[in-house]
This record gives sequence, C-alpha cells and structure tokens, in this order.
Amino acid sequence: MKKLLTGNEAVAVGAYEAGIHYAAAYPGTPSTEILENIAPYKEEIIAEWAPNEKVALESALGASIAGARSLAAMKHVGLNVAADPFFTAGYTGVNGGFVLVVADDPGLHSSQNEQDNRYYARSAKVAMVEPSNSQEAKDMVKAAIKISEEFDTLVLFRMTTRICHSKSLVEVGEREEVSMKKYEKNLQKYYVAPAVAKQLHVNLEERLKKLEEFSNNTDLNYIEWNDKKIGIVSSGVAYQYAKEVFGKNASYLKLGFTYPLPMEKIKKFAEEVDTLYVVEELEPYLEDQIKAAGIDCIGKDKIPNIWELNSEIVATALLEEEKSIIDYDKSKVVNRPPTLCAGCPHRGFFYGLSKRKDVMITGDIGCYTLGGADPLGAMDTTICMGASISVGHGAKKVFDKYNKDMRVVSVIGDSTFFHTGINSLLDVVYNNSNTITCILDNRVTGMTGHQENPGTGYTLQGDVTKMANIPDIVKALGIEHVKTVNPLKLEDLNKAFDWAFELDEPSVIITRYPCALKKLSEFDKKEFEVPSGTFGVDEDKCIGCKMCVNTGCPAIQFVKEDKKAKIDPVQCVGCELCEQVCPVNAISKVGE
Amino acid sequence: MAETKSILLVGVGGQGTILASKILSTGLVEAGYDVKMSEIHGMAQRGGSVSTQVRYGDEVHSPVIGVGEADILVSFETMEALRWLDYLKPEGKAVVNDYQIGSAPILMGKADYPEGINEIIEEKVNANIIDAAKIAVELGNPKVMNIVLVGALVKAMNLTDIDWEDVIRNTVKKKFVDINIEALNKGMSAISLGGETSAI
Repeated sequence: MKKLLTGNEAVAVGAYEAGIHYAAAYPGTPSTEILENIAPYKEEIIAEWAPNEKVALESALGASIAGARSLAAMKHVGLNVAADPFFTAGYTGVNGGFVLVVADDPGLHSSQNEQDNRYYARSAKVAMVEPSNSQEAKDMVKAAIKISEEFDTLVLFRMTTRICHSKSLVEVGEREEVSMKKYEKNLQKYYVAPAVAKQLHVNLEERLKKLEEFSNNTDLNYIEWNDKKIGIVSSGVAYQYAKEVFGKNASYLKLGFTYPLPMEKIKKFAEEVDTLYVVEELEPYLEDQIKAAGIDCIGKDKIPNIWELNSEIVATALLEEEKSIIDYDKSKVVNRPPTLCAGCPHRGFFYGLSKRKDVMITGDIGCYTLGGADPLGAMDTTICMGASISVGHGAKKVFDKYNKDMRVVSVIGDSTFFHTGINSLLDVVYNNSNTITCILDNRVTGMTGHQENPGTGYTLQGDVTKMANIPDIVKALGIEHVKTVNPLKLEDLNKAFDWAFELDEPSVIITRYPCALKKLSEFDKKEFEVPSGTFGVDEDKCIGCKMCVNTGCPAIQFVKEDKKAKIDPVQCVGCELCEQVCPVNAISKVGE
Repeated sequence: MAETKSILLVGVGGQGTILASKILSTGLVEAGYDVKMSEIHGMAQRGGSVSTQVRYGDEVHSPVIGVGEADILVSFETMEALRWLDYLKPEGKAVVNDYQIGSAPILMGKADYPEGINEIIEEKVNANIIDAAKIAVELGNPKVMNIVLVGALVKAMNLTDIDWEDVIRNTVKKKFVDINIEALNKGMSAISLGGETSAI
C-alpha cells in the first residue's frame, strides 16, 4: 500500500527498513521530523536528541564503530557544528553502516544562510546521495547503508526543504533485521593519531577511486532517453523542476549518487545530446566539476544561484518564452512577518529589555530571535547557535578597553544554551567580561515545534530522565551572580535588570516560564500556574497611548478611528503583560 | 490522461491550512491520483504568511509551482489572496475567504488594512468571495472555517465524486466529524459556479 509521506517521514521509514539500530540528531528546520518519526520504533531503534549536532554525529559514529547501523540528522548549518568529527569520520570509515542526513534550506525559509552542503561531501571525501522525492528518500537510506558497509565510508545524505517537507507517494516495506557487526579494537582505523591518519588518507584516496567506479555503474545515476536536442544533468528536487518544464522534450541524466560524480557517464551522455543543461539549485556544484572535466554545458549563467528554484524559474531561465501573468498593484499588500505568539513569555523579557539605554543586545537562534523585530526591536546581532554569549563577550572586552560606555546583554534560549552556549559562558568567566547573559528558559525547544531537551526531564522516546539544572550549571562555570525570574512579571524582571546592570562582574538572569503553546508535562504542571481567562480594554479609560500595542502582542490591535486599543478574546491567553504596561489601568480581566 | 492540476492554499499561520491540505491530499490519493503536497514549517508558522501547495494528476513531478502556475488559489484570509494572486494562471480561479487578519504593522497602527481587495481580485480573475467564518460560526465552531473552504475548493475543482465525508471521518477526531462534514457541505453550496464554470 502506498502512503503519502514527507521526505522526512520517508527517511524515518527507510531507517526502519534498513535495519538502523541507533539514530541521533539535534532538531533544526527542515530536518526535525526525521528523528521524531524514528522515535516511535522504540523496540528496534535507539533514537535520541543530542545537545548539539557535533554530539549527535559523534554518538552515531560511536555506535557505528561499535558495530551498529547508525544515522545522524541535522540541518545544513548543523553540519558546520559537526564538521570536526565529520571530516575525520571520512578517514576512519565505519563498521556498521553510517548515514548522515543533512537538510539544506534553499530560500532560507527558516535559516540564517543558504549554504550548499554538497561541497562538504567533496571536502571530506565521503560518498553522497541525493533523493528527489519521498520514495527515493526511503529507498536511498537503504542504498546508503549498503554503500557505507560495502565501501567502508560514511554516506552524506543530502536533502533540501522541498524534499524534506513535500509529500509524495511511498511504497512501504518490511524491516531488514540485521545483527550488530562484531566490534574489534583496530588502532590503525579508529585511533587517528598523526601516523595513523597519514595512512588513512592514502586509503581514503583508494576508496574514492572505487566509489567513482561505483558512481559510473550504479542505477542511482540513470539516463532517460527522449529527444536528444537537449540533455539535462540534474539531481534532487531540481530534477523534478526540469522534468516539469521539459517533460519528454529532453533527455535526462538523473544523478542520485553525487559524490564522486560519474564523470564517464556524464561524458557519454554529453556526447549524445546537442545542448547540455545542468539544472541545479544553489551553487554550480555539478557544473564546475563537469566543466573542469572539459565538458561544455550551460548552467548558472542562466539559472540563479540564489534562493530556491521552482519550475517557473527554470522555465523562464531556459525556455525564454513569454508567459502571461496576472498584472496588478502588489504594493497594496502589507507585510506579514512572523511574530512572537500571544502569551509568549519572551515578550515580557524583550519589552523590559527594550527600555534600557546604551545596551548592545547579542541574540541567538530560536523563537526569541523575533525579539529583534518591530515593535520590540531588542536585538543587535544574530549569528548562529551559541554566538550570543561569545559575540557579547568579545564586544564587551573592547568596549571596556577603549572606554565605550556600553553594557552588553546576551540573550539565548534553554536548548541553545545546552547546544553551544555553555562553552561561551565559560569564556565569559575565564576571560572575565562583565556581560549580562539572559537564558530564556521556556521549558522546551520551541521554534522547531516542541522537542525535548536536556532541561525538560524527558527523552525523545518519552523516558523520564535527569533534568539539567541551569542555575547549577551556570554557577559551576564560575558565574557568581545568578537570578531566576518569571518574565511575565515585569516588576520582578526590571528589578533583576537593575541588579545586573549595577554589577561589575558577569551575571546570569534566567527567565523560567513555559512556552505559551507547550503541552505542559507533569513536571510543568507541578511547577507553573498557567494563565487563564482573557483581558479586555475599558474604552472609557484607554487614552490611546499604545503602550500595550508596543508589546507586539498579536491579540492587541490599535484601532485608528477610535484611537483605542482592542484585545481579540480569541487570541488572548491571559498572560497579564498588557495589564502591567497600561499606565491608566484600562486593561483588566474580562473573561474566565 | 489527467493533466497535472495545481492548488495553492494560502493564509496566516494557525488558520488550519495544514489540516485542509491533509484532507485534500488524502482524498486525491484515494481517488487514484499521483499527488504531491508541499508546505513550509518553522519560523513562518509564527503568525506569518503561509502557503501550502497540492498538485495532482497522472504523474506529478515538481512539488511546488511558481508565478502564473496555479489552477486555483484558495485564500483563507483576504489580504493573503492579493499577496499570492500572481501565482494564479490568468484563466485560474480564486476562492477567497472574506476574513481579515491584521498583520503586525496593521495591528500597531503603522499601516492600514488595504481596502477594495475583493474588487481587485474579482476584476482580474474568476473569483468566489465567501464568508467562511460566518458559516463556521453558524455551525457552532469558528475553527471549521478551513473545512468550509475545502468544500468550496472541491466544488470549484469538480472533485465532488471523491468521498470527502469518508476522508474527514478518517482524519479528524471523532467528536469533530459531524461538524466538519457539515462545514464541507456548506462550503460546497457556498460557491456559485455560474454558467461558464464546471471543472477547470
């Protein structure tokens, strides 16, 4: 029976069918649902959220060396975090098959860059596969495990947003139950000291030759002959766009195994067609290698290398046909940026922080990145996970050295703190910068859709576990000034800011309150009183000062005609923040 | 040979476009079509502009469409219809929910909700403006607005042979089945097909 699955769901089914024993990941759009969908196979697969991608990759590598079939998954920028073990895993190879899934985000739907991770396979010299729909996503996990074990290589499994989050039909099969391979201590393979690594590099080059031969022969790279005037080399979702545009009016060399490239096959294909197009999303990864092999082709001089493609962009680039589109004045449309949800505990925090003067606010990656948007505007930088604390540290050091009267507040989430914030905070202590680090602990990994993390008390597969204690961690790192507050109680929050801003040593403020959308756990229910009811504006008292509107709550609207604020009872969750900022007590609880 | 058709559902994060597209794609699969569906997760879901695409036919290649390629645009919110109107083929149809949600600049009083959107859309394309919110409230739950729109959509695309009631029974929680089926039927009858329509 065929099922309609996303690429991520299909990878999970593929992992099950391929006999994977161990899987680890750090959540990140568009890759998150891979591990979420592996987790229910609790009998067959150990599935874990790791604190970051480096840990996920290393754990999966450890499981592979021990003899298990392993998988790690992460978003594209996650591989930057995991790059260190990734490159060396290229040298060691594997014992049990090892598939590393990376999900790129062309179009930056939910990311800080649109790097093309295909280059990573080439740099680390590991095999790479690229599915172009959900069926392939499932089948290629199985193929990748076989390649991994046959050639003793990690296999990079490269997806993109439209493969991860598009649904297409998948034939679901049975699990191939394999036992773990035998573990044998092997210093010449896994003890990568310089002398060993020297030899491993030689072996790696040998392995690549074999992989190239495989690439030229495997069915993962196949030709569809149609009209030979145009030949198209393509991979991943770009292949689907090419098919949509050219149909049977072109021949295709569809690449599923994209490192090393099947250059012999490409040459033969190129010789048979009049014009060769390379249709690929983002960078000219295929095109550059094809041209370097002396094969003439057309690619990025016509197809853009920025943002994601679709069939219309490919058609416009290559067909040069005029198409009629609906012509109208789009300038009437008002922007609709994402916002912090009604009742979000981050809102209180950023509202309080936004009132402080001469402050540089270094932010991080998560829902709270939205604290930098209008009207709160309480953020100066967002770079990558964990960077808030270290970017803040460097800035504060030079502000102080060169007598610039600036305070630095570093804002990071709970999951992000565990991810890479801890190392940065150690630097703050060690090299002594007087920054204020704020850890917004909303009791869950929020932006990616509510995943457990080391602080929530639960594992991915639902087991109760130790709950990491952030104040204790912070103190153990050497921070002596630590306060925990409820960010929706503005008076307490402001007192904490006053306290921290007066200190001449580094401090940490932890705001501890669950995400407004979180399904509360048993632990949360014991700890927190959930807001209830809805609030309303007394029109007679409202002076139209917009203080409540400037909290940026999507439940509050400023009605221009009346010059009054209005609260939407459907959206209001009763967090009480607006009541606290109203200078004339016009806001109060109206519904239970 | 069924040519590939493209449906574009747009709205605001939290409006239920994902459930609507799930029902839609499930029904299309059961009817024997090849189907691809694409949606965006992550940051945009936090109250931002969202879109879901459903494509069906004998063999569907691309999971997403570009400008000028949709056969039908179903907008769960009025201004979003205008944002995405150029994705519609000039001969395509629009089903627009007469329901306005202010975006952040509007809520803050920095911009006005644009006026006359329905008129622009009606002038440019074959459009059906329906008040799905009113219908849903009359049925007793404003949340079924999305299924009212699914009803209008399947009627406009001439997909009424599919057993949508069965799909709903298998998709939504038991206690919400009846109201969703009612919403579907109300949506089907809310759309006027006029003389020229039948299937697209």
